[in-house]
Amino acid sequence: MSALERIKNYVTSNISYDLTNESDFFELGLVDSLFALQLVAFVEQEFGFSIEPEDLDIAHFCSIAALHKFVESKLG
Amino acid sequence: MQSDLTESHLAVRSRIRDFAKSQLESVANEIDATQVTPASVINAMAENGWLGAALPTDWGGGGLDPLAYGLVTEEVGRVSSAVRSLMTVHNMSTQALLRFGSDEQRARWLPALCKGQKRIAFALTEPNTRGASGEIKTLVEEDGDGYRLTGQKTWITYGQIADLFLVFARQGKMPVAFLVERGTPGFTTEAIVDPLGTRGSMLAKLNFDRVRVEASHRVGKVGAGLNFVASTALDHGRYSVAWGATGIVRACLEASTQYATHSTQDASALIGHQLIQRRLTNILMHETTARALCYRAAQFRCRQDARAAAETSLAKYHAADVAFDAATHAVAIHGGMGCSADLPIARYLRDATVLTIIEGTQEMLQTALSSYAARKLHAEG
Repeated sequence: MSALERIKNYVTSNISYDLTNESDFFELGLVDSLFALQLVAFVEQEFGFSIEPEDLDIAHFCSIAALHKFVESKLG
Repeated sequence: MQSDLTESHLAVRSRIRDFAKSQLESVANEIDATQVTPASVINAMAENGWLGAALPTDWGGGGLDPLAYGLVTEEVGRVSSAVRSLMTVHNMSTQALLRFGSDEQRARWLPALCKGQKRIAFALTEPNTRGASGEIKTLVEEDGDGYRLTGQKTWITYGQIADLFLVFARQGKMPVAFLVERGTPGFTTEAIVDPLGTRGSMLAKLNFDRVRVEASHRVGKVGAGLNFVASTALDHGRYSVAWGATGIVRACLEASTQYATHSTQDASALIGHQLIQRRLTNILMHETTARALCYRAAQFRCRQDARAAAETSLAKYHAADVAFDAATHAVAIHGGMGCSADLPIARYLRDATVLTIIEGTQEMLQTALSSYAARKLHAEG
């Protein structure tokens, strides 16, 4: 399963909303800071890298597409 | 749940029980009455490793796993909610620094914090915001190669004596976190006296009058202050409060059972009266369910499950709720003595009330947990 599919599966399994890859689920008010922490933990465990302080920008976590882009940048 | 405890867990629980009995029990009422935690108590907590108990051994901490740390917190909370609150804020702030601090910040601060030699407080709440972290009015502006910080914080636990503060501010619309040291020019603290509960937690208001902080004191990126730095710290704080609340319930159960067994009404022991039995049963249920949720949260945290923060919020919400109810029952069981300063019962009720407000009010947690409920059910199909 590709990284995008893994991310999409995780996000859509937690958010009951008709999301596109670009839907900003924080701006839409669908999730909160608890889910932000949940996403950080998911990314670290699923893809096996530590999220560094300089990575902690909500722009990396706000949509499926943003997450995918961020993960790809870390995996190289 | 008891079966989840290893020999190591049992040993640390035994050690903290001995410490609480010998070092805290006899001074807990005095701490509440004088609104001061003596330096000797704080130093003993540090020297015995309790302040840094959950922090990594690499940095001088105790390296306890989440379950062990929970057990320690419960035992301290059972005796003194004020001293437990010192553990809470010190650990939560240090954990945030550990996670988001720069290499330079970690090297400079973690050794002393992990050993409890320096104390750190968590400064998020502001006057008139009722803990709503999205309404931060403390502002920061760039000043050369540093920043200027202006604003106020309030209800800061152990703000009267902390050496270092993890302060949350706003740069424009972006939240940002800073470390501010006591004694920095323009930074002053003033004691808050006569709070309802955890009266020994030496609360303070903080005033920042164009306080200059170096760029090297910023924790994390601009914009990461709330969703990540504060949220991570609050998660650790809620975990501690959940176990501390369970400790209060345990204290209520012990005191109420003892009192009801040895006190009489109408020539028979109180414990023989059905309405007293109902109250004792309720306290027992509260102790059982609070501890069950704390253990559950510990399990999620031990395996680093992505849902650990949400499950921890659930534990805090429930444990604080039932601690208040348990303390209410305890006061009723004790009658007039439940209102007397001669016993700790009234203190349990006052302290339990505070737990429903700190680290996220019950109402704020309801908002967050209802969202979690929707996610949880959706994920479970």
